[in-house]
Amino acid sequence: MREKVDVLLKEALIKISGAADSVGLNDLRVKYLGRNGELTALLKGLKDIPPQDRPAAGKIINEAREAIEEALKHKEEQLKAQEKQRRIEAERVDITMPGKRQALGTLHPLNIVKNEIVDIFTSFGFELCDGPEIEFDYYNFQALNIPKDHPARDMQDTFYINDNILLRTHTSPTQAHVMESRKPPIRILSHGKVYRSDDDATHSPMFHQIEGLVIDTDISLCDLKGILDEFARGIFNENTKTRFRPSYFPFTEPSVEVDVTCSMCGGEGCRLCKGTGWIEVLGAGMVNHRVLLNCGIDPEKYGGFAFGLGIERITMIKYGIPDMRLLFENEVRFLSQFRKGR
Amino acid sequence: MKLPLSWLKDYVDIDISAEELAKRLLCCGFEVEEIICKGKEIKNVVAGKILSIKKHPGADKLLICEVSVGNGAIRVVTGAQNVKAGDTVPVALHGATLLGGVKIKEGKLRGELSQGMLCSGEELGLTSADYEGASADGILIIREKVAPGTDIKQALGLDECVLDVSVTANRPDCQSVYGMAREIAALLDKPLKPLNLNYDEEKGDSIERHLDVEVLAPDLCPRYMVKYVIDIEMVQSPSWMKRRLALCGIRPINVIVDITNYVLLEVGQPMHAFDYRFLEGAKIIVRRANRGEKITTLNEKESGLSEEMLVICDVKKPMALAGIMGGENSGIREDTREIVFEAAKFARDCIRRTSRKLSVQSDSSARFEKGVDAGLCEIAMRRALALVHQLKCGKIISGIKDICAEKLSRKVISVEKEKIDRLLGISIEKEAMMRILNRLEFKVSFEKDTLLCEVPLFREDIDGYPDLAEEIIRYYGHDHLVPTLLKNASITKGGKNASHKHADRLKDVMVAQGFNEIITYSFISQEYFDKFRLKASDPLRKAIRLLNPLSEKMAVMRTTLVPSIIETVATNTRKKILSGRLFELANVYIPSSLPLNSLPDEKPMLAFALFGEGEDFFTAKGCVENIEEHFGLELSYERGSYPFMHGGRCADVFCGGEKIGFFGEVHPDALEEFDIKQRVYIAEIDFRLLEKNICYYRGFKPVPKFPEVDRDIAVIVKEEVTCGQLLETISRKGGALLKEAELFDCYVGGQIEKGKKSMAFSLRFGSEDRTLKVEEVDQAIEKILKALNQEYGAILR
Repeated sequence: MREKVDVLLKEALIKISGAADSVGLNDLRVKYLGRNGELTALLKGLKDIPPQDRPAAGKIINEAREAIEEALKHKEEQLKAQEKQRRIEAERVDITMPGKRQALGTLHPLNIVKNEIVDIFTSFGFELCDGPEIEFDYYNFQALNIPKDHPARDMQDTFYINDNILLRTHTSPTQAHVMESRKPPIRILSHGKVYRSDDDATHSPMFHQIEGLVIDTDISLCDLKGILDEFARGIFNENTKTRFRPSYFPFTEPSVEVDVTCSMCGGEGCRLCKGTGWIEVLGAGMVNHRVLLNCGIDPEKYGGFAFGLGIERITMIKYGIPDMRLLFENEVRFLSQFRKGR
Repeated sequence: MKLPLSWLKDYVDIDISAEELAKRLLCCGFEVEEIICKGKEIKNVVAGKILSIKKHPGADKLLICEVSVGNGAIRVVTGAQNVKAGDTVPVALHGATLLGGVKIKEGKLRGELSQGMLCSGEELGLTSADYEGASADGILIIREKVAPGTDIKQALGLDECVLDVSVTANRPDCQSVYGMAREIAALLDKPLKPLNLNYDEEKGDSIERHLDVEVLAPDLCPRYMVKYVIDIEMVQSPSWMKRRLALCGIRPINVIVDITNYVLLEVGQPMHAFDYRFLEGAKIIVRRANRGEKITTLNEKESGLSEEMLVICDVKKPMALAGIMGGENSGIREDTREIVFEAAKFARDCIRRTSRKLSVQSDSSARFEKGVDAGLCEIAMRRALALVHQLKCGKIISGIKDICAEKLSRKVISVEKEKIDRLLGISIEKEAMMRILNRLEFKVSFEKDTLLCEVPLFREDIDGYPDLAEEIIRYYGHDHLVPTLLKNASITKGGKNASHKHADRLKDVMVAQGFNEIITYSFISQEYFDKFRLKASDPLRKAIRLLNPLSEKMAVMRTTLVPSIIETVATNTRKKILSGRLFELANVYIPSSLPLNSLPDEKPMLAFALFGEGEDFFTAKGCVENIEEHFGLELSYERGSYPFMHGGRCADVFCGGEKIGFFGEVHPDALEEFDIKQRVYIAEIDFRLLEKNICYYRGFKPVPKFPEVDRDIAVIVKEEVTCGQLLETISRKGGALLKEAELFDCYVGGQIEKGKKSMAFSLRFGSEDRTLKVEEVDQAIEKILKALNQEYGAILR
């Protein structure tokens, strides 16, 4: 019996280890261990041997069965692993082919830059405020110390709807509305579309401004410098410096033009900054006492600063865009370039 | 404003270069836009005297000149025919450079040696405005006596540098040579030299005998001053005066007119001269014009006047539009022998209004509009008379008519030093404050810590202590400011409001779906309303018109974003960009009534457009649905109808019982108007109505505890039956057990009868408290199918 079993076992183990796939392996399982399998047959044959030999023979057969089962299991795992490996190899893809997706769109570059500016100032406690684009002459000019027939009106070519109503030429009227309706402390940003009748490579009849206003009991020109230094570093880079130059705006006194070190050459002088190392980016100043009075704020008690900048200008400097008209043409090949988000 | 450096140097000793001066001026608030040095490129060109001329032996049109150039004579061949022996002309010597970097070398011309070149005005960059006759053909003939060998730049004033300075609107006092010289003197800490104001008068006579003056409108004319000058010798002005006028862009005319212009440039006061002959009644009256009165000004333009305008008249007629332009009837002529010089202050708003209204502008009106101080009249008058005296072109009759309604007193400001320090944020020493203000002709003293400051008359812009602070920091230097971050300010709550955040989020949703954000002009052409076939009564036509649009293309404030976004699609398709997704979130402007008497509603709208392969009505709808899902809206749709939209492919979008917008395919007629040759899908949604219905969170619903059952049904219906109708029936009949139902297939063709379609729905059934039995689901399905059959004749496929 032992010899028989040994021969069978040896043959089975050889065949199992040589099985090519799980189908072949299953055939072997049936061949040896199935209901009519060869080893099963031996087991069935036990009844033909003397009873005293049966336990020993049974043991031998069972041991062989266990060995075959073990081998089958081992081989099965091996085959599964091989098959997986083959599948994986067969499923190899060209990983340089493009992905399948809904392509992403983009925000308009002006709004990308506006968001960056808003983020800088809101982090200093500025609140974003809106105001009408179609405005009364009073809020656009008179409240801001620009009476009718004042020469300062020449600084801003205005679109009129009638004698009294116009398209705002700056976002400052929003500041007047806020000063009129709130008590200090005030720390706001006004923003949005503004309009001037001008149209060339550096002027657009519609453009975007963002302006800041701070009114409190003890605000100085140095505070203005501090905030604008932070702005310049935030919007351009950490090494950007600012320079104040005296200027004139009817709604501020003293007034300054603010230059930043050229973002292209870092102040060495290049084509962008016309060799001066500086680029004019915004106008600012301490709020004119007459404006405070017009808006019902006591200049003896309160004062503050205001600044205003054109988002087009900052955007053109930041991205090196040479012609403002590109910003309003909205060509997809232009728009798609501006990926940077909030 | 153009400032010849040499003129400035008459009044202040400038010992730095023009470039350095420009840099220093910038730090004081004056931007030098350009430094013009005409003769910059001209090198090695001298004045030469032609000694003799002979014909070129080998060329008919050439001459050979023997020219003295100081240290000897040279031979020059020239083609010009306008020279003769004895003329003084510009000679470019060997190695000379002319305008545009042209180099001149010794050489042979048709075999004859030429050691240089005779120059035309053009070759030196001169026009007749710079030097009379410079534009003429041929060689420039120098009329003045100039020694041969003199550098031509010196001889013709080509060595002059002119600064083009921009002066801010608050500083009319700096709109002149003398005004800027004052600032430069302060800047360089040098003395400002006085103007020459000296002249002699004819003692025997007095103006009283010849002229009376009455000012009837002192509010519009705070000061009016005249002098009477006789025995005018109407000669040409001296060349130095003509040159300076030319450098500043003013054409020399005759000595009297030139003097008034010279004084305007030098001290900033416009002056006028009347011919005394034409003054009837020996009286000047300054008054408001009568309605319907007319005047023909020196530019030969007749203007009808109105009461708000100021005129200078004699007893019979208007002789000048005050401060703007003289009348043709009283101007200075070649035969003028007696004149009246006028120096006045006119209200700037009156000048501005009149000049705008009549479209008459002059150097004088431009200057008056900026503001002239009453003290300046006198200085200007004296300066003009000093020039008459100096040029010996007239006799000045003694006496003056000077009617002054304005108090000529200096403003006094007193302020604690600390206030100035607090405004600036740094403490500046008293001495420094005093030094700076003194240099600018303020009279300053300190009483303890209070600054007492007397403001010069010409500084009408100084209004309070912040103006003094500005003057101080302007010269102290802004680089002394120490940046601080709102060090004494209260904490404030900042940031964006809910609406800003919703807008940001909406844009994010659009960007995530592949849309590029666009920004288009708020004003559009009214033509679009016709292109869109809008009815005359369509509310979209009720648009606000600008009074002064740049063009008809930008004439009305848009009432819809649709034209702009279709125009943008057209811009792209024209450039062969044939697919894309665009969106804009911007205001439309809806007036409550027209003409506008209150501010309109500025309504933010979302518009988007899809075009190109793969886009259809349902990709557009998918975008609307993504917005719906993102903001937790519950939208419903009805067929929409607009003259510019495809009748079969347009839907109105409803939310919370209101129509919030529409979307669909653009009408082929509208696309043709824009020359777009492909289908375009658009949507326009009212952002405020969308915002109103936002619901980010509707409360928690437990996930099903018991297994749910999915069943599909496909029914055949007539083609006109809609998905919405079938779904409505399904959900009505499905009862509480029906959890979800959606269309997953719609099929027309092949095995389906013509005029019919198969619609397949997947349904999900479930219950919160038990596992459903098969029979329950079967019953529900049966009920649904029965209803579908009854209501729409639907047959189970």
